[in-house]
Amino acid sequence: MRSRIYGKLGDRAFTALLVVLGLAVMLVAVLLAWELASGGAEAFRTFGFWGFASGSAWNAVAEQFGAWPFLLGTLITSAVALALAFLPALAAAIAIAEYAPRWLAEVVAYLIDLLAALPSVVYGLWGIFVLVPLVRDRIEQPLFLWSAEHAPALMGVLGPPTGIGMLSAVLVLALMIVPYASSLARDAIHMVPRDQREAMYALGATRWEVVRRVVLPYARGGIFAGVVLALARAIGETMAVTMLIGNSGQLPYSVFGPAATMASLIANEFAEAEGGLQLSSLLAVGFLLLLLSLAVNLIADFILRRMSVGEGRK
Amino acid sequence: MNLRRRYLRDRVMVALVYLGTALVLLPLGFILLHVFTQGIGALNWAFFTQPPAPPGEGGGGMLPAIVGTFVIDLMALAMGGVLGLGGGVLMAEYPDHPLNRPLRLVANVLGGVPAILMGLFAFVLVVEPMGGFSAFSGAVALAILMIPIIMRATEEVLRILPWELREAGLALGLPRWRVTLSLILPAARGGIVTGLLLALARAAGEAAPLLFTAFGNPFLSFDPLGPMDSLPLKIYVYAISPYEDWIRQAWGAALLLALMLMVTNYLARRALRRS
Repeated sequence: MRSRIYGKLGDRAFTALLVVLGLAVMLVAVLLAWELASGGAEAFRTFGFWGFASGSAWNAVAEQFGAWPFLLGTLITSAVALALAFLPALAAAIAIAEYAPRWLAEVVAYLIDLLAALPSVVYGLWGIFVLVPLVRDRIEQPLFLWSAEHAPALMGVLGPPTGIGMLSAVLVLALMIVPYASSLARDAIHMVPRDQREAMYALGATRWEVVRRVVLPYARGGIFAGVVLALARAIGETMAVTMLIGNSGQLPYSVFGPAATMASLIANEFAEAEGGLQLSSLLAVGFLLLLLSLAVNLIADFILRRMSVGEGRK
Repeated sequence: MNLRRRYLRDRVMVALVYLGTALVLLPLGFILLHVFTQGIGALNWAFFTQPPAPPGEGGGGMLPAIVGTFVIDLMALAMGGVLGLGGGVLMAEYPDHPLNRPLRLVANVLGGVPAILMGLFAFVLVVEPMGGFSAFSGAVALAILMIPIIMRATEEVLRILPWELREAGLALGLPRWRVTLSLILPAARGGIVTGLLLALARAAGEAAPLLFTAFGNPFLSFDPLGPMDSLPLKIYVYAISPYEDWIRQAWGAALLLALMLMVTNYLARRALRRS
């Protein structure tokens, strides 16, 4: 009798407990999307979904809200940061997995992991007090003065050389997403079979030719997936960008000038929102951000599954 | 092709690869250097034992934020740990359970949601109904951040264990739940602890989910239903303030937080090696 309770009932209770916990996790995810969507429903109703996504005014006094400047700010900062980060991240992955002697590879891999472990606010702090003055005095002001003298038409494109703005935000963002692109690329390069490399060497290839013709094509699935994941990180990154980008609701039209991303808008305005339509609009921006990052993550997932090992050959 | 040119290109590419690596590591070196040199001066006895002083007065410390960090993060770990472990065990030990496919998708999706949205969610779900900012709502936001990390780590370590271990237990007449609790989980202890610590380190550095949940509080508080401070929040608030002594303390807090996260990460690695 005891053993039946112990066995059958115990098993059933344990499975039920696990299922309840699993369902709770799923409930959290569904609720998250639902709460953002229903919280933002008022804004979507007032302006229409596309009207809200493409509206370029954000004015709490006039109760006009559109997410376009922030959507654009998010897309531009993430895309530029990714473009800046891609080659160095790939180089670091190749150095770790192919070129460096073991001890050095371990040190570099550890440091790159450390880059991912540092909190976003620490990047922001460093950005404000070290990078911003540097960018302002060494890059923006000389360029601005030069354009004032030689190419006045360029001044509008460059924007005010205050240091706080797109350029600083993008530089820090690029640094922050390197480990995400790098670690997947590293793993993919590690999975390239020895035979493939040795066959190339036996044909008399140089080391770079082996990397170029065998390693990179074979590992390209992992490299792509890493790039897309890094993009997802850049899209959702909040604190460092909020501290550096200047948080301006106008369209991000200039290289140095202030702008805002969807995440920085929420971080900056949500605590002070008056409620009503403004609160709803911020939640609606959150919902758009959720959709964007979901799409990017699902793409990364898809690439990783489709182009994993063995698919490298053409 | 000309052999000399091929060798030359080979050497140039080696240089470029190392140059690219240096381009990544150099800024990291500067960040660590600045955080250390600027932060070390702010760390003194008062920093660890005093509540913050009003701006301009000088002195004061981070005691509420340090205590708050531990309170919020441990609450989050308790919540996220239970849900994450449950989900992970379900996926690894009952591979043919119909819930697994959607659960895995959800774990993937949740892992990619920006941290600030966890804060929004906790605001709508907890702060609004309860009528005020609270440490508990911050812990909820961080727990959601931890769940996918813990789930994935748990599933991975359990998968590595050989099926013979489970079969041996079943052959002795143990029911499945005893096999899981008494054989599988102890055998995977090291890896599970690693997952928990990594999730903790990831969440402890986040300020975004706490902005409108835990909110911050200049007074020492242990009340989970009231607002509470946390180191990442304090760094953010102090960094954008115009007061010199606050900024100095922000560097100190950044150094302390970075050291705490490094220790947690180190412990996580060691737990993995032990198992």
